[in-house]
Amino acid sequence: MELIFEKSVAGRLGVALPDSDVPGSDFLPGNLLRTDPPPLPEVGEPELVRHFTNLSQRNFSVDTNFYPLGSCTMKYNPKVLEEVAALFSGCHPMTALLPGGHIFAQGSLELIYCLGRMLCEITGMDEVAAQPLAGAHGELTGIMIIHAFHKARGNRKHIVIVPDSSHGTNPASAAMMGYEIVTIPTAPYGDMDMNLFRKAMNGEVAAVMMTCPNTLGLFNPHVGEICAIAHEHGALAYYDGANLNAIMGKARPGDMGFDVIHLNLHKTFATPHGGGGPGSGPVGVKKELIPFLPVPRVVKIDDGAYALEQENPLSIGRISGFFGNFAVLARACAYIVLLGREGLVRVSEQAVLNANYLQEKLKKYYDLPYDISCMHECVFSAARQLKQGVHALDIAKFLIDKGFHPPTVYFPLIVKEAMMIEPTETESKANLDAFIAAMIEAAELAEKNPQALMQAPVTMPVKRLDEVKAAREINVCHLLAQGTGHKARD
Amino acid sequence: MSGADYCPNTPGEILEMLDSIGVGSIEELFEVIPPELRAGSLGLPKGMSEFETLRRMQGLAEKNSRKLIHFIGGGFYDHFIPSVVNHMAGRAEFYTAYTPYQAECSQGTLQALYEYQTAICALTGMEASNASLYDGGTALAEAALMALRITGRNRLIVDGAVNPFYRQILRTYLKNLQVELVETTPSADGAGREDIRLHVDDGTAAVILQNPNFFGGIDNLADLAERTHGAGALLVATVYPVSLGLVKSPYEMGVDIVSGDGQSLGNPLSFGGPSFGFIATRREYIRSLPGRIVGETVDVEGKRGFVLTLQAREQHIRRHKATSNICSNQSLCALRGLLFLCSIGKRGFAELATLNRDKAEYAKGVLGGVRGISVWNRTPTFNEFTLTLPQDARKVVEKLLSRGIAGGVPLGDWFRGMEQCLVVTVTEKRSREEIDALAENLEDALWS
Repeated sequence: MELIFEKSVAGRLGVALPDSDVPGSDFLPGNLLRTDPPPLPEVGEPELVRHFTNLSQRNFSVDTNFYPLGSCTMKYNPKVLEEVAALFSGCHPMTALLPGGHIFAQGSLELIYCLGRMLCEITGMDEVAAQPLAGAHGELTGIMIIHAFHKARGNRKHIVIVPDSSHGTNPASAAMMGYEIVTIPTAPYGDMDMNLFRKAMNGEVAAVMMTCPNTLGLFNPHVGEICAIAHEHGALAYYDGANLNAIMGKARPGDMGFDVIHLNLHKTFATPHGGGGPGSGPVGVKKELIPFLPVPRVVKIDDGAYALEQENPLSIGRISGFFGNFAVLARACAYIVLLGREGLVRVSEQAVLNANYLQEKLKKYYDLPYDISCMHECVFSAARQLKQGVHALDIAKFLIDKGFHPPTVYFPLIVKEAMMIEPTETESKANLDAFIAAMIEAAELAEKNPQALMQAPVTMPVKRLDEVKAAREINVCHLLAQGTGHKARD
Repeated sequence: MSGADYCPNTPGEILEMLDSIGVGSIEELFEVIPPELRAGSLGLPKGMSEFETLRRMQGLAEKNSRKLIHFIGGGFYDHFIPSVVNHMAGRAEFYTAYTPYQAECSQGTLQALYEYQTAICALTGMEASNASLYDGGTALAEAALMALRITGRNRLIVDGAVNPFYRQILRTYLKNLQVELVETTPSADGAGREDIRLHVDDGTAAVILQNPNFFGGIDNLADLAERTHGAGALLVATVYPVSLGLVKSPYEMGVDIVSGDGQSLGNPLSFGGPSFGFIATRREYIRSLPGRIVGETVDVEGKRGFVLTLQAREQHIRRHKATSNICSNQSLCALRGLLFLCSIGKRGFAELATLNRDKAEYAKGVLGGVRGISVWNRTPTFNEFTLTLPQDARKVVEKLLSRGIAGGVPLGDWFRGMEQCLVVTVTEKRSREEIDALAENLEDALWS
């Protein structure tokens, strides 16, 4: 499809701006001025609408397709949440930071405060900071809090332990704070190897980062013991909340012994994923870590009003522009209010039921490396299909032709040819059955006609794309590729 | 009435499924959780209908003052958003999709992000942009980390006129990385040239500037680029994208890495987020960029298509050796940015910048003429400028707020010795009447 830049016609006008009601000025001297405006497209609104409508139709999405992308919790996003977000769209964040300005932003501040209290109740933590702008940003914030905690105690701990089944963001976030990473392998039963973990623990370890249920979709029954061992060595226990959708109302990370957690509101609390963001990654902590939370923090003051604490000597400091991705926070808050205490429990129950149903129905056809009851997602291997030359990727591409977004493939890294399926609670049995049928068809094709799988997809606007060419002959900007509008340097 | 839960399975279907699994109840599926870790009932209210929820959230929204007239900026700006932006970004195929890992069924998002990258290059003059970052402050922190990686040096010089929030974020990000952060004294003459010249040396990774700066001043950074490059360091600038409709591009000024906040480009204020951060650079540094990047390629039949590319930099492959821990971007906000730029177009964007500049110039004249007030900046300004008041600006702002005007950002809390200074922002949305009313109210607040 043509680019919007290729549809541009010199002189074509877009949306009109209001006439000026003030005198013109020529205050900018020539050495500051552009000679030509930026080479943006010149298209009319009808053409613009058609371009982006057509583009949108080249996407699979939760609203158009079953989207069981493991670890991403692609559940339905209730439409009312969009209306809630719009209620606050005109609020300027700077208002609340002006002297006396918090009075003019009481609604927004109360929302952040109340969301924090509800998230504390759901997770068993004592306080939540809403500023982190995504899950990985929450992890980084959490690691900063852990670092500040140890520093305040004069500890010089320099190691962070992660299981090999962890999300890549865990070690990457810890490395950004200068920590050395020690990786613990997974034992045959699907959880972190306890013997190797015990051996790795010592006084140099600052934190253990766990995902529970882990990326195999398994709940580690030793999680309480892991936290206790960490504490014995003066380390803190970190909980990656990516998989919280499995256990709401069933177990709470705070009760398991975790000191610092992050949540992914866009996963568990049904805010739209937006094609890759915006997300929101609030951080929760236990009482002794509250002083280290990022600023500015929403606090309730004596007269019952909500205000901002802008400084705190122990705080890690500021980690984002203002108070977090507020419109995402507003959606998540409304979602929790909508569902309430029983609704959230039903969410986890149905998510786990759906995943176990899929696992049970598919395990005859695909290798299941850890054949035990799973939580909200299950991980299969295409090792059996590989014998016919069929990879997990080929099965994924075949599913696209069947109208399903593929599962996450090749993650977790510890499962060969991994296919990680997370159906979520918002899919009906009928949808699951249709997906199961497509997966069985793929398994049968792998035996009878592997070539058919390797050619998939054939129903999309494009067939398989040349990723090697993309990485070797880098073309990330149309203007540069065309040599227009850009003067090459030197 | 109890709330909806969007779980479609009927009791009958649930029984069938339990039967297939071979368990008697859903509860059995949770037996792996040890009893001592099981949660009791959640202390939350019971669910509500959509109507009740909406009414409750409306109640909260009404506790905000919705009638303030904004002359405040500080990183977020009250700009007009064409309707087409909301309508197109509101297409569910865009907003309920995720990161385009499976390229063939995500060409919509991928092509839009490629077009976004191109639009950011058009604005900044740069040769490569990523697919967006979280916000302007974190984008500047990522730009600084990128400069440290490229040069292998560990010293950064940050101009004192960079947004104080951005400098705070930088300090937070760099705290544990053995990086020396030198901050210069803010100057009414633009960048702190003397300090920068004094400090830049062969151990310096980058000089970091904001243009227009936090006080509104615009500067041509070309001489600083020369000085910085002479020491083998990089020039990093955070910019206000709307100003680029008029002001010379960062590329032309010799900037190596440019970043900024995209809120002004079609994203609502929304009490501070979400917006998006942008980052762009020269082509030789593309492999050092953090985050997602979309590239053009072809499919097996030679047809044009788009993929996530250069993924070998990223955390899901490299884990702790990645260029950044960033996993997502702010796709939907970046899409809004693209829609905004395409909807007003090349000529409209230049007009928008002119309109902002003209309104601010008018306001500068009127407000600068109020008894006791003088203009602080000694350089040209864009749509923000700084005034010196005859008393602490914080008190004045509080008085203006009670009259329904957010009259500017007082600097006392963030800049020592600038207690009497006020940064005033004037976007295209402010009318001449509103500007005149601000002048009258300022005079009144000062003298009566």
